Amino acid sequence: MKPFRIILGLFCLLVAIWLVLPTLVIIPMSFNEKKSLAFPPSGFTWHWYENFFTNPDWSSSFFNSLRVAAIVAVTATIVGTLAALGLSRMKHAGAGILRAILITPMVVPGVVLAIGIYAVYLNYQLVGTTLGFVIAHTMLAVPFVLIAVSASLEVFDVRLETAAASLGANRLTTFRTITLPLILPGILSGLLFAFVTSFDEIIVALFITSPYLKTLPVQIYTSITRDADPTVTAVGTIIFLATSLIITGGLIIGSQRRR
Amino acid sequence: MTTSKTRERGAAIDIRNATKRYGSFTALDDVSLHIKPGEFMTLLGPSGSGKTTTLNVVAGFTDLTSGELSVGGESILGVPAHKRNIGVVFQHYALFPHMTVGKNVAYPLTLRGIEKGEREKRVRRALDMVKMADFAHRYPSELSGGQQQRVALARAIVFDPPLLLMDEPLGALDKKLREWLQLEIKRIHRELGTTFVYVTHDQEEALVLSDRIAVFNQGRIEQVGTGRELYDEPATLFVGKFIGESTTLRGNAETSGGETSLTVAGQRIVASNKLANGAKPVILLRPEKLSLAPGNKPQADSQNSLTGNISEAIYLGSGSKYQVTLRDGSVAIVRAPLEAQQFAIGDEVDLRWHISDCKLLADDERADLTLT
Repeated sequence: MKPFRIILGLFCLLVAIWLVLPTLVIIPMSFNEKKSLAFPPSGFTWHWYENFFTNPDWSSSFFNSLRVAAIVAVTATIVGTLAALGLSRMKHAGAGILRAILITPMVVPGVVLAIGIYAVYLNYQLVGTTLGFVIAHTMLAVPFVLIAVSASLEVFDVRLETAAASLGANRLTTFRTITLPLILPGILSGLLFAFVTSFDEIIVALFITSPYLKTLPVQIYTSITRDADPTVTAVGTIIFLATSLIITGGLIIGSQRRR
Repeated sequence: MTTSKTRERGAAIDIRNATKRYGSFTALDDVSLHIKPGEFMTLLGPSGSGKTTTLNVVAGFTDLTSGELSVGGESILGVPAHKRNIGVVFQHYALFPHMTVGKNVAYPLTLRGIEKGEREKRVRRALDMVKMADFAHRYPSELSGGQQQRVALARAIVFDPPLLLMDEPLGALDKKLREWLQLEIKRIHRELGTTFVYVTHDQEEALVLSDRIAVFNQGRIEQVGTGRELYDEPATLFVGKFIGESTTLRGNAETSGGETSLTVAGQRIVASNKLANGAKPVILLRPEKLSLAPGNKPQADSQNSLTGNISEAIYLGSGSKYQVTLRDGSVAIVRAPLEAQQFAIGDEVDLRWHISDCKLLADDERADLTLT
């Protein structure tokens, strides 16, 4: 029994290292003095961080991504939440089919979607526009919101709405005071997923980008294919720390809400 | 608020020819029921008998296919649930898990725009009434089932509804707690003077609580009356069997004059009345009306007698309960006081009762099918 547990523990550690190491490697590399992506790094410098904040190529693409992701988080959360609510109340067999259709953007290969979107956008002059990015990314993010909110609704006791009605609450008040607070964890995690989906989306972005509107992943990709600029490791580190903070914060808030 | 003033708060309910169909299934079949202001009315019946459907119709959760429904003299058909101002207590408590006990109880008052000071006063009064005032800051998940249901009751009465509906509120609780809460509910009913409509499948609970009981079976009301009326004078075999314990006897029937005689397992027994419409009669006997005597002793003329053997003898503390298997295989239930002669399993006995204690009813197959 005991040696088996030790072996199991070691194996788990190995898997954990294997999953996390590629991400952690970029942190020491972002302080590399040499202008190369060589590993292991040598020396120490803040230069690449400085470059990220001062070079307009980097900062503008960063703010583009932030803007698009923020809008997408809101739109996808609204659309996905409404869809989840509607589907949860549909007793019809069609609910399953509708749900499957809404999930497709998650399943269909990104390249296929990207080609389709590109073709349509060329026609309607949406290439390289914020609106174009928001529409495409919302479509990609809705399934994540739908799944997260549906999971919340699964454990939500619909009979509470009946109780609220008996106490004098109309539909809208019931939703605002009972349903919404109780499915909020699902909505918030959907919002987070939607934001991240848009923020690190690269495939569709590569197709519909233009020199005037580049998102951060596109900038990283072009930079690394053109001149192996170590700034990408600084960007990677910043994004890694930021997302870790957001997720940790989300977990803490989530655990405090549960009573 | 004085007692006499709250007395007037109870609303009358009038249900007329209510029918509810789900496709080909008829949940309510031409049900009419009048409930007096301030009355404690229990809707009693097995599951699927239409009692909960009736409650849901009054609460506004279900629409009628046809029929009329009024509360306090005004028709409320088509009025949505949230505008009916009727308190409802559910079997599953339905407390809002994200609100404290105090917030839960304040919820209907907040919706009605009652200002904070008055709101707090009324929440405290309602919680006092169900003896939960010390728990105002707890969350529902921190309470036991019985405590949650008391909070749910406080929430349903805090806005002074003229009518309170309860759907098997004690169904999920254990026996001791249930009996205690029954008395609490009775007390609260007395103090409030509100009309209570209570749904249960437990006939003992119905007897403990109610002013009157409406017995439901297969979407219809079989009989409405006080517990005593239902027990002593059941209108149908179903009611007779559903309320309390009973023995039923069947046999070849003959009527002569005002009497009916039945031949049960070769022995003739007499009832002092007859059925009006010539239906097949069944005799219903209550266990405390029956007595036992050692086999083949002579009996009085005013008594019926059937021979059988004791097949089960149970000591109950306050007396004994016997099962007597008769010659035709049917089983009679007898309750004997402690001072009566005691018997053991296998003893041959005469089962005796006064002729006037025979309750003659029309036979009805549905009465057997729906019993659990």
